[in-house]
Amino acid sequence: MADIQAPRKSNTSILNSIAFRGVAYQVLLAAGVAFIGYYLYVNVNANLERQGIATGFDFLSEDAGFDIGESVIPFDSSQSYGRVLVAGILNTLHVAIVGVFLATIVGVLMGIARVSRNWLVSKLASGYVEVCRNVPVVLHVIFWASVIRNLPSPRQAITPFDGIFITNRGIIYPIPEAHGIYPWLGVALVVGIIGAFVLGRRAQKRREETGQFIPTFWPGLGLILGLPTVVWLAAGAPLVWDVPALRGFNYQGGASLTPEFVALLIGITVYTGAFIAEIVRAGIQSVQHGQVEAARSLGLRPGLVMRLVILPQALRVIVPPTTSQYLSLTKNSSLGVLIGYPDLVNVGNTTLNQTGQAVEAIAIMMLVYLLISLTISVFMNTYNRLVAIQER
Amino acid sequence: MSETVLANTAAVEPVIQLTDVNKWYGDFQALRDINLNVDRGERVVVCGPSGSGKSTMIRCINRLEEHQRGTIVVDGIELTDNLKNIEAIRSEVGMVFQSFNLFPHLRVIDNLTLAPMWVRKMPKKDAEQLAMQYLERVQIPEQAYKYPGQLSGGQQQRVAIARALCMQPKIMLFDEPTSALDPEMIKEVLDVMVELAESGMTMIVVTHEMGFAKTVADKMVFMDDAEIVEVATPEVFFENPENDRTKLFLSQILTH
Repeated sequence: MADIQAPRKSNTSILNSIAFRGVAYQVLLAAGVAFIGYYLYVNVNANLERQGIATGFDFLSEDAGFDIGESVIPFDSSQSYGRVLVAGILNTLHVAIVGVFLATIVGVLMGIARVSRNWLVSKLASGYVEVCRNVPVVLHVIFWASVIRNLPSPRQAITPFDGIFITNRGIIYPIPEAHGIYPWLGVALVVGIIGAFVLGRRAQKRREETGQFIPTFWPGLGLILGLPTVVWLAAGAPLVWDVPALRGFNYQGGASLTPEFVALLIGITVYTGAFIAEIVRAGIQSVQHGQVEAARSLGLRPGLVMRLVILPQALRVIVPPTTSQYLSLTKNSSLGVLIGYPDLVNVGNTTLNQTGQAVEAIAIMMLVYLLISLTISVFMNTYNRLVAIQER
Repeated sequence: MSETVLANTAAVEPVIQLTDVNKWYGDFQALRDINLNVDRGERVVVCGPSGSGKSTMIRCINRLEEHQRGTIVVDGIELTDNLKNIEAIRSEVGMVFQSFNLFPHLRVIDNLTLAPMWVRKMPKKDAEQLAMQYLERVQIPEQAYKYPGQLSGGQQQRVAIARALCMQPKIMLFDEPTSALDPEMIKEVLDVMVELAESGMTMIVVTHEMGFAKTVADKMVFMDDAEIVEVATPEVFFENPENDRTKLFLSQILTH
């Protein structure tokens, strides 16, 4: 029998333990990050003190002293920096929300058009995608800003419909004059929407119980639009249009979209829409062709195949990257600073220049974008969980 | 073509009639002058080397593929561009695919009730009852509330058969239903198909399972190079084939 070799003396040093090493690396990393943060803080503080720059957020309550081109809330230059920053945040949200909404519509339509069997439709859509996503978003924004600047002056305004004027000062359109019944129209609209929703649910239940199909689209639309109309007629159909009219060099009355808002909106919408179109196309094409064949061979109409089989499977591919596009659109709205749209970065920069409090101003901007982005992420992730397919 | 096949079919109108059907993919001819009649209740097994046009032929019958020349009449309706006709035929013709093609986002029971509810406009309760009935027939009622991804290949294919049966079709088409299955699962699927054949369903089956063919087929169809080379009863086909290409094919697949 061969000699049994004695086991080698085992190495018991704690330095070789996987658990110890794991903890040790993390402690070292945390200490390193904390040290760098502390060093930066001390350094910035010392430099600011040497240059006599005040620190802290007291400047927020001081008078801003500058005016901004447009604001969702009333604002004039005698109000505080705090308020002008809020106005900037609201402008950012305004253009971002409208932009996300429009980019989604453009993207979905163009994405479906790209997989269309109609040659012209699919080529037009791919032309749009290739041109728009291969040009930097900065150029999109500047391009549309210069297009609008080269529109005719108010005196020679383009008038596609009576009362609507497209000029280099923006798009001016009529609005109804305020009336006591209008808030109630809003209430009627909400009631109509709830009614249409209930109707849809009841029709679905009815269909499942009896197999009967009840059309819900037109009755639903009738409820949503009809109810406010009835309320409006019952109140004697009050309607006085506030029509814009040329007075001197510009229009008075009505409402308007500023050139900066329109240029920024079109620029970021067209750019992001191209990316969303590609995501939608990829999502639809990610569903195996066998799925379509199986659905068709059961006798389902093409519309039902899309709705019941393709889209539910495509959405799980579409939603996560679309979230990234929403985030990128929101952050790209900061390009408003280039063309004079008073978004957060624009007013933040002015505040920074006037007060010299760079660290605070930048910190506020970063924090706000972070909050907006995280909100979008949370919302979209929740939606993603809802549409995600449970396969196992 | 042997006379015995024609003799017992003469009385009734064939439920599927393919007359001079031709199909090309670009320059490649996938089907050449296909003539085939299938009677109500008849079981037809189609075999032949891969690329011979077997799948293309049965996919033309419910217009998953379009033929370019000739006529195909299914249950008295001619297949043309008319979408309503195509949908009418598809709801009478069930199809089972090699790769199952179950809807992964729907539970087994919802896979089965989808078409009855949306095409036949059947109440949900009735559709579910029907679905359970067919799941019992393919012997997996206990899997009704699982997702397809949780099932084995053989179970998935049985669900796919049940899904097609829920439309209560007059004709069932099988496109190599066992080719994607592990050997031990082939039997459970073939058992279901044999039971279906015995119940009197009209079936066209593309398969290489010659044991199955011998058991159920009324008519064997051998295809090679886009053509139907030989049509015969199983006895003649396996014991005494006429065509040399048939003999070669049979010698290749029956050697082991």
